[in-house]
Amino acid sequence: MSDATLSGSKTPTARSLVSALQLDTRLLGMIGAFVVLCIAFNIFTDGRFLTPRNIFNLTIQTVSVAIMATGMVFIIVTRHIDLSVGSLLATVAAVMAVMQTQVLPTTLGLGLGNPSIWIIALVVGLVVGAVIGAFQGWMVGYLGIPAFIVTLGGLLVWRNAAWFITDGQTIGPLDETFAMMGGAGGTLGETWSWIIGLVAVAASIWLLLSARRRRAAHGFPVKPVWAEVTMAVIISAAILGFVAVLNAADIPTQRLQRMFAAQGQTMPEGLVMGYGIPISVLLLIIVAIAMTIVARRTRFGRYVFATGGNPDAAELSGINTRLLTVKVFALMGGLCALSAAVASARLGFSTNDIGTLDELRVIAAAVIGGTALSGGIGTIYGAILGALIMQSLQSGMAMVGVDAPLQSIVVGIVLVLAVLVDILYRKRTGD
Amino acid sequence: MAAPLVKKPGHGGTPLVEMEDICISFGGVHAVDHAYVDLYPGEVVGLLGHNGAGKSTLIKILSGAYRPDSGEIRIDGKPATINSPRDARSYNIETIYQTLALADNLDAASNLFLGRELVTPFGFVNDDQMEAETRKIMSKLNPNFKKFKVPVKALSGGQRQSVAIARAVYFNARILIMDEPTAALGVHETQMVGELIQELKRQGLGIFLISHDIEDVFELCDRLTVMKNGRVVGTARTEDVTKDEVLGMIILGKCPPGAKPGPGAMAEDAEAA
Ligand SMILES: Nc1ncnc2c1ncn2[C@@H]1O[C@H](COP(=O)(O)OP(=O)(O)OP(=O)(O)O)[C@@H](O)[C@H]1O
Ligand SMILES: [Mg+2]
Repeated sequence: MSDATLSGSKTPTARSLVSALQLDTRLLGMIGAFVVLCIAFNIFTDGRFLTPRNIFNLTIQTVSVAIMATGMVFIIVTRHIDLSVGSLLATVAAVMAVMQTQVLPTTLGLGLGNPSIWIIALVVGLVVGAVIGAFQGWMVGYLGIPAFIVTLGGLLVWRNAAWFITDGQTIGPLDETFAMMGGAGGTLGETWSWIIGLVAVAASIWLLLSARRRRAAHGFPVKPVWAEVTMAVIISAAILGFVAVLNAADIPTQRLQRMFAAQGQTMPEGLVMGYGIPISVLLLIIVAIAMTIVARRTRFGRYVFATGGNPDAAELSGINTRLLTVKVFALMGGLCALSAAVASARLGFSTNDIGTLDELRVIAAAVIGGTALSGGIGTIYGAILGALIMQSLQSGMAMVGVDAPLQSIVVGIVLVLAVLVDILYRKRTGD
Repeated sequence: MAAPLVKKPGHGGTPLVEMEDICISFGGVHAVDHAYVDLYPGEVVGLLGHNGAGKSTLIKILSGAYRPDSGEIRIDGKPATINSPRDARSYNIETIYQTLALADNLDAASNLFLGRELVTPFGFVNDDQMEAETRKIMSKLNPNFKKFKVPVKALSGGQRQSVAIARAVYFNARILIMDEPTAALGVHETQMVGELIQELKRQGLGIFLISHDIEDVFELCDRLTVMKNGRVVGTARTEDVTKDEVLGMIILGKCPPGAKPGPGAMAEDAEAA
């Protein structure tokens, strides 16, 4: 499948640079809008918006919605919708919280702080999420109930199932290792962040090279070498720049003191340490890569897009579209579970209202990221960028001091405008 | 499976396909009513009839899109179970649907291999390999075809048609179903499809050709079967009937002496009355 297939085709009028680099103009437009947004907020906040510290916070706040948004891409691409993700997140968060604070330590006698608790709780959560998702997918695919209805029901059911699991109580504090998935409480530190950054750069360059070699081996046209080098430089700079910013986000002195105290040491005077890449962000990056590979390089992903493009054609090509629906919803459920882990770990406990309204944020992120509700079109990176734009908008407005009701009004308008721009864009490119 | 011998059609031997006594109805409408058709290797059989006669429905049963209410399908003389498009493909039945059945958002190669992707040793789809194969077959079928990297939505009707045909031809079909393959095509492309049909026929494929163009049918088909209101009016060798007689079969359901009448033929006494 061509890049154009997944991401919208290139503008015929695009200047030679863009076409030589075979850049996705739609992605460029989104990045452009994002940059303008950030600069505007930076001006209005007297430079507080684009500090390493705030960027670090932004990435952490984006993770939970962004992870679910990658799954929502598949759902919407297959012409469905999932309104239950926020509630499902709450149920799974409740299950995982009860597992790690009550069932595993007490009922099964592992004891609090047992090193296997976080992983068992997480796996149980993933299974519960995937099973609930699969069940909803089965109702959509095999019983033929519209996804809108099934998941609208799910929204009510799972929000309140969570309430029953926890007796309406806040469950916590969560297992310490588990809580590291939340963000500031679990970061890689500067050295490891650089190592991961360098590995990522090496991997990207290797991918570019091997793709070029493969195309050349088949005698297909390849990009000019300078274009390829430019791409490699841009990608490397982006990766290393990202790591540098996260490393520049300093851990507050008090927190640092507490970290040293926990290990029975005293902090050397004047020590400064950067956070580096949060584990939750690393998790999002892994999910993003995995989901992109699934979308573009697996049969399953191909069938998701084919079914979205033309369900009849997919069926006539021998694709089991019902089972596909079950799998897509199960995947969504699994990703909800992952988000539940991140979201509850970030808070340190599981609350009743965790994930409230997330379904709207997730759908908005996917749609702002270019996923077409008519099906067949959407990208993983678009959805993540969409989530980042939404979060930036919200945090930026909060920092500027916009009242909460007005924030929601702005977000609502932006959502509609983003879709309008997308429609106009597609019309112009004939996509 | 050995390539079937090219034999003069309609002269004994085992038919490649026999569909016997096929019935299917949609909510009371008898879309296909006790229909019988057969097809020999190296033969082109035309299916004719006015709109809604049941032609597409009949061949969709053969291609696994619909399951008949009753009736039997035999492939090479042996009863065949075709419950899904996948089953049909396992009998080397390939179909070019009237509606083309392409995923508009995917490119030519993805459509050509849809459901039968080429994969790398690690199980990932091998887009480069598929593109290479697509370029290869397209250079034979439609040398002007250049749009390999764009969604098929951006292709012309004729280009889309060649993708659909390439898909059917690529996978070594033995039985090819073409539902109005030239409906969207210009004169030149129609001629190309005609030449392709002749070529495939020489290779020993059996082809069902649905068409409203009686000139095409007479040029390409060895035999023809006419349907009306879901029933077969009659089957004839093309050389045994005239175009006017065939038009009479289509419009009036009147079976001429050169044709073998089916259950849909207008009764003799009704004609006399
Ligand atoms: N899926 C369906 N559901 C209900 N009715 C159907 C369905 N498919 C076909 N029919 C009905 O069956 C009859 C035969 O339709 P079919 O598509 O086989 O006609 P056709 O001979 O191919 O016509 P055309 O020349 O217009 O393509 C029609 O009356 C049609 O309305
Ligand atoms: Mg038809």
